[in-house]
Amino acid sequence: MSDFRSTRDGRVTDERPWWDTFPWWSLIIVGVLVWMGWQIVIDEDYALAWERIIPGLGLTIRSTVYAFGIALAIALVAGTGQMSRNVVIRNLARTYVEFVRGIPMLPLIFTVALILVPEGTDLLNKRLDAWFGWEFNLSFEMRATVTLAVIYGAYMAEIFRGGIQSIPPGQTEAGRSLGLTRRQTMRSVVLPQAMRAIIPPMGNDFIAILKDTSLLSVLGALEITQRARQFSASTFKFREGYFVSAFIYLCLTLGLSVLLGVLERRMTRDRKGER
Amino acid sequence: MNAPEPMIRLSGVSKTFQKTIHAVKGADLEVAEGEVVVIVGPSGSGKSTVLRCINLLEVPTTGTVVVDGHTLTDAGTDLDHVRAEVGMVFQQFNLFPHLTVVENITLAQRMVRGRSKDEARAMAMRQLERVGIPDKADSFPRQLSGGQQQRVAIARSLAMEPKVMLFDEPTSALDPEMVKEVLDVMLELAGEGMTMVVVTHEMGFAKAAADRLVFIDEGEIVEVGPPEEVFTNPSHERTRAFFDKILY
Ligand SMILES: Nc1ncnc2c1ncn2[C@@H]1O[C@H](COP(=O)(O)OP(=O)(O)OP(=O)(O)O)[C@@H](O)[C@H]1O
Ligand SMILES: [Mg+2]
Repeated sequence: MSDFRSTRDGRVTDERPWWDTFPWWSLIIVGVLVWMGWQIVIDEDYALAWERIIPGLGLTIRSTVYAFGIALAIALVAGTGQMSRNVVIRNLARTYVEFVRGIPMLPLIFTVALILVPEGTDLLNKRLDAWFGWEFNLSFEMRATVTLAVIYGAYMAEIFRGGIQSIPPGQTEAGRSLGLTRRQTMRSVVLPQAMRAIIPPMGNDFIAILKDTSLLSVLGALEITQRARQFSASTFKFREGYFVSAFIYLCLTLGLSVLLGVLERRMTRDRKGER
Repeated sequence: MNAPEPMIRLSGVSKTFQKTIHAVKGADLEVAEGEVVVIVGPSGSGKSTVLRCINLLEVPTTGTVVVDGHTLTDAGTDLDHVRAEVGMVFQQFNLFPHLTVVENITLAQRMVRGRSKDEARAMAMRQLERVGIPDKADSFPRQLSGGQQQRVAIARSLAMEPKVMLFDEPTSALDPEMVKEVLDVMLELAGEGMTMVVVTHEMGFAKAAADRLVFIDEGEIVEVGPPEEVFTNPSHERTRAFFDKILY
């Protein structure tokens, strides 16, 4: 691509006309969303699909928020664990991350939700039952959520590790040479700088988790996608069912993207004169 | 104490990287309180490594390091405590980019020295005045020139009221017109009696400020003496060859 273009009268300019830089794509998407919303209002088939699917919204949002929260905690432990001086912790963290990242999402969901979590809780329950006469029950929905968290914990661990390792060693050396401890240096010097590299991809993963809650439909969790499948299968109104679920996901993800964009812009502005 | 204990004592310090790279081989060096020692030597000769062994940023493979009576190479020594007494200035400045100038200077004062916000800020302003840029207190590092950044880095170390200052090629990353403003600050500091160990290629500074010059080659301390003597009448062939290359 050249950096300049010629105008009709033959001059060369680096200015781009407004129609070249205008974000048409956002108009198209807003148009589609308005059209879909309008269908739901005027068409009774769409209205019925909406009515049957929207109750899944709560579960979708709840799984997303819980999964993200748990994944964040796992990621912080596994991400910093990979940089630990303790050889056992370091290797355990690495093993977990490599395993999870190397296996596709769907088989992992089956393995974790149907084998690992039940066996884990069974094992735990035998002990709990013997000691306290009490059992620990994980609802099926929560099992699915934990599964997502275990998977995304590994991806997000890499974000933490990458963010921390992107900070030049000179920063740590400067902190330590001033007498700050390892922990103080990490907290006051390295992490605040790393957060700028960490927050944007974390936001993307939040959106990715939201979309991947749809995979939980394979476990029968009654979230948006599962409800759309049930609706379509029972009424044979496939177009209505899937259009409406796509509409709901798009509203959620686009809303989140806008929110993230604002957050990122605010973060860059707070840097004032830097860079 | 009868014989005055040196501020810094390295005895038999060696540093080997990855089992094969012998960066420093059995260095012995004593630096008295108030003394200014300049270290010179070819690239890769181990100057930085020796300097970084003094505050244990690099842990020596063998040998002992004593600073102000504390044996840093003993397992029981509180390194963080001693490091606070040893300021270090880096070639790449290493200011904290997410903090303003004054926050750069107050961070360790508050966390390590436990000073109040006002105390720390007052100290920061005193040090900034000393290095000549009090008007930059609320700027971010990236808004400053290289020379100004390095002076902030010096102020940051001085605010801890260290007993020793280490400098690793503090002017090597600077444009020529900014070298003097940093050297002037260092000269003044030397004049005030600060104990300093300086790795530099600035022979003018060495002549003006150094009590002793240390020449390092291939990880060994080859020669130690008053700067004029080492420049003009080196007792080793390696030293002579080095100065022939860098002096006109
Ligand atoms: N962390 C490290 N890992 C491996 N080798 C290293 C490391 N640090 C230094 N070295 C090696 O040790 C030797 C001495 O390095 P050092 O940085 O002390 O030299 P220097 O005299 O400061 O050189 P320069 O003038 O280039 O700064 C070099 O061969 C260098 O490659
Ligand atoms: Mg060096």
